[in-house]
Amino acid sequence: MRLEIRRLTKAFGGVHAIEDVSLDFASGSLSAVIGPNGAGKTTFFNLISGAFPADSGQVLLDGEDVTSLGKIARLRRGIGRAFQVASCFPTMTVEENLVAAVTAHVGQWGNPGRRLPPAGVRERAHEVMELAGLTKVAGVEAAILSHGDQKLLDIALALALEPRVLLLDEPTAGMGPDERWRMIERVRGLWERQKLTLVFIEHDMDIVFQVASSIRVLCYGRVLAEGTPDEIRSNQAVIDAYLGTEGHDTPAEGAPSEATP
Amino acid sequence: MSGRPALRDALIALAALVVILAIPFFHRSPAFEDFVIRVSAMALFATSLNLLVGTTGMVSFGHGMFYGFGAYAFGLLMQMTDLSLPVAAVLAVAMTTIAALIVGAICVRLGSDYFAFVTLAFQMLFYSIIISWQSLTGGDQGLRGGIPRREIFGFELASQLHLYQFCAVVAVLGLLALRHVTESRFGRTLRMIRDNEHRAAFLGVVLWRARLGAFTLAGGFAGLGGVLAALFVSGAYPELADWPNSGQAIFAVMLGGIGSFLGPTLGAMILLALNDAVTRVTEYHGLVLGLVILISALGLRRGVLDYLRLIRSRRAPSGESR
Repeated sequence: MRLEIRRLTKAFGGVHAIEDVSLDFASGSLSAVIGPNGAGKTTFFNLISGAFPADSGQVLLDGEDVTSLGKIARLRRGIGRAFQVASCFPTMTVEENLVAAVTAHVGQWGNPGRRLPPAGVRERAHEVMELAGLTKVAGVEAAILSHGDQKLLDIALALALEPRVLLLDEPTAGMGPDERWRMIERVRGLWERQKLTLVFIEHDMDIVFQVASSIRVLCYGRVLAEGTPDEIRSNQAVIDAYLGTEGHDTPAEGAPSEATP
Repeated sequence: MSGRPALRDALIALAALVVILAIPFFHRSPAFEDFVIRVSAMALFATSLNLLVGTTGMVSFGHGMFYGFGAYAFGLLMQMTDLSLPVAAVLAVAMTTIAALIVGAICVRLGSDYFAFVTLAFQMLFYSIIISWQSLTGGDQGLRGGIPRREIFGFELASQLHLYQFCAVVAVLGLLALRHVTESRFGRTLRMIRDNEHRAAFLGVVLWRARLGAFTLAGGFAGLGGVLAALFVSGAYPELADWPNSGQAIFAVMLGGIGSFLGPTLGAMILLALNDAVTRVTEYHGLVLGLVILISALGLRRGVLDYLRLIRSRRAPSGESR
């Protein structure tokens, strides 16, 4: 599914969090959004997923204008997202989390008459667990999962809704170097298997340059640059604003401990 | 997640009911029967409140208004119409449910602090209507004249034993229905909202609709409790709808445990037993009650039943905490 953003703008109390951003994410692409803290990356995701409305501009899915739709209508059209701080249901087990998500997806969240999940829901929940690599912790309460598994569960919850565009806000936030790579490999595997249009925010430049096929750089709410990893690596504006003189070294503010659970 | 959880719960309810109904055949105690009648009303009231507090994470300070609404609606229907008792009871619960839907429609979109405030405000409004609409409600004297025609299919509720049996059956069935709602797909959704409303919304749950559903159902079941209360006191009093009564329900919920389905029922039992025991020895029963609540809140840091379950899960080899 193709995701097009046209001249999107959002201001909070006079400060432009996103200003005149136009970006095009081709169907089935794997793109990274990078930029310094406060560049508007998460706001950008919030505007795409409909968490709050944009001041102006458009969001199009396969050419359909979804700008006026709320988040639930956008979910139904295939925009899924996971959050920077892993977002799941802590008092439920992994399996219960996913059964609840799939139950919601099939429109049965409001049914007070039936106790067991609808037919096929548990099977589907297990499929998603398998996809996300959470089968071995199916019976574990989300609150006591490892940080990495919580991030995976958050992504799995998004996958339960069968998205075609998936927005991942720092899937590797708060992880050590080895864990980051395992995580990003899994994300890439999901992208391949599910034929997703995947957009992720990432601070680890090694990961970004190796994994993403295209990179968009946001700075102060504007698009600073976009292109292939090679183009971004050698883009002088990006080096000045974000990458620093070291070239592709991890920027200081992308330190692993940035988001603690 | 065993195969037939609904069947299991129904069997437990049936067993409990058999025991409760059997007791008077072995031993008649008016005090005990009174106690069970009052507990049945209070248990429905507190458990319905816990659908909001424990399951959904919405703290309502005005839940007593629906308890009082149910009592007054039932009492007035019995006094002013020729309807039979079961029909009047069902109608009273239906009217309470509609009232809860209307109040909920205004409250549930508010943030949690304002939600608590506004439910309290609605309760005060309702209470002052009862006090000032004397021609209908009897004002602060309450609904006098008793509840006429208290029989169902030749079953005379004026007899204490029959009232005991009736209240036990209604309360157990009511609790079973609440249990079903709590464990249903909808009940799971309410838990999602309590845990993480933001995530629930991003899974397609319409938050206000789910909250309104919970609020409406909770109000309806509180109304059912109110019907039993009206039968017990043979009338209705403004105190049933006053805020200290909402406080009693909150106490029962906190005392018994918000994380266990039967916690509020246990809390209601403790609270009423405590009230009875303490008022016999001292007039400062509020003081004793306050101390008990403080001990439970600061000492156990959870309700009694939640605490017992925590101990049991700690002793069990598996590390489950709920």
